[in-house]
Amino acid sequence: MIEVRNLHKSFGANKILDGVSLRIENGESAAIIGRSGGGKSVLLKHLVGLLQPDAGEILIDGENIGPMNERQLLRVRKKFGMVFQGAALFDSMTVAENVAFAFRNHQHLTAGEIAKRVAAALEMVDLPGTENKKPAELSGGMRKRVGLARAIIYEPQIVLYDEPTTGLDPIVSDSIDKLMIRVRDHLKVTSIVVTHDMRSARRVGNRVLMLHEKRIYASAAPEDFFTSADPVVRQFVDGVADAKECLI
Amino acid sequence: MNVFVNKRVNYVLSELGQIAFLTKDIFLSLLTFKVVWRDLLYQLYSIGVKSQSVVIITGGFTGMVLGAQTYFQFHKVKMDTATLAVVSVSLCDELGPVLTALMVAGRVGASIAAEIGTMRVTEQIDALRTLATHPVDYLVVPRILAAHIALPLLATEAIVIGIFSSYLVCVHILGIEPTYLWANMLRYTEDIDLVIGLVKAFIFGGIIALIGCYKGLTCGLGAEGVGHATTEAVVYSSITILITNFFLTLIMGKLVGLL
Repeated sequence: MIEVRNLHKSFGANKILDGVSLRIENGESAAIIGRSGGGKSVLLKHLVGLLQPDAGEILIDGENIGPMNERQLLRVRKKFGMVFQGAALFDSMTVAENVAFAFRNHQHLTAGEIAKRVAAALEMVDLPGTENKKPAELSGGMRKRVGLARAIIYEPQIVLYDEPTTGLDPIVSDSIDKLMIRVRDHLKVTSIVVTHDMRSARRVGNRVLMLHEKRIYASAAPEDFFTSADPVVRQFVDGVADAKECLI
Repeated sequence: MNVFVNKRVNYVLSELGQIAFLTKDIFLSLLTFKVVWRDLLYQLYSIGVKSQSVVIITGGFTGMVLGAQTYFQFHKVKMDTATLAVVSVSLCDELGPVLTALMVAGRVGASIAAEIGTMRVTEQIDALRTLATHPVDYLVVPRILAAHIALPLLATEAIVIGIFSSYLVCVHILGIEPTYLWANMLRYTEDIDLVIGLVKAFIFGGIIALIGCYKGLTCGLGAEGVGHATTEAVVYSSITILITNFFLTLIMGKLVGLL
């Protein structure tokens, strides 16, 4: 279970998060939406300890990771897999080496077993046979799939997605959405998806949380969230610059 | 003016503090984390083998110039056959390790800062961390160890090639009698001269890799940030090498005097 209590974060004089609190149960799939530059990725990075909070608590299975140092966090991070906005593949390595990276220090696995797991992970993300390609040879969508394969190969409990469909065409976005749903259902993982793609949020999340003005403004099941009459929610869901133009 | 000085002093102290923390992390990693030999060998290849051409050219031409210049002065006082002795001691004590380190700082220090800096701005370092890998264990320690091992070997190579090329210039171009030239070099060059050079090279190797890694890990965002980090890595390592060399010369000179 992930719980965030009264999280505050500033970069210099710029306050990004101002008392964010949320709770995500095991097995839940949460979509966090909000405007660009609103702090969604910052919030996500706090969950895995990539950023340290100025104030507040982040509890992972009841353990507060805020005061932990980098080496203590390594143990907690084994519970997580993360898919980055730009995929963040290691460009000096092949696809297979990227996907197998988590096993590089696992002495108990043979090279054959690792190759089998890599092939299975690539099969799951619909990229069989790409083991020997370099990240530079892949399209944006393929890179994100490899990033997902790398994140799920060691079967983490929680998978974090940082804007997984940003910059992709609608067809590739659809395939990434289906992939996230497949991973969620097959591996029974807790998923947290940061996105401003409304279609993706509606399909992937069991719950939608909206980050607005540095706090969680709304949290509801997709069917309730997307029919909400709240003007702030409506404006964002309908994607209009002027609130008066909202559809409902 | 005061505000500017305060800002500058704070900046320098903060950088030194962060380098101290990075050094602490490196020692902690060496104590707790098993070095991956494959990574260390790759870095040895990258830092040592790929620097061969630079070091050979530096050593060779420095030796030749030093031999010619020394001869031009010594010839006036009829001390031609002492030329190679001066070249040898200068190369072993100072020029071999310092010039090798400066050349490697330009090639390797820049490359380390650029590679790690690019990894930082493209979130590859964050990806490493989410894959439960400490960036110091994976990126910094193999580079530091490889630089510590490679620099003394490269400096030795530069010294040997420098002496050999100087010998060729002295004998075949300047016409100095080879037997006395060689005998004087052996007579005035002591083992301790080479030891001093190797100790210096070992320390300079650590400086180059440490500053390169630090600048890469803390580089600013975007292409500008990487460019800035690369330039700073070369400038700071070169300056640190020159300053450290002065103190090492004093300290080791005193130690040798005491022995």
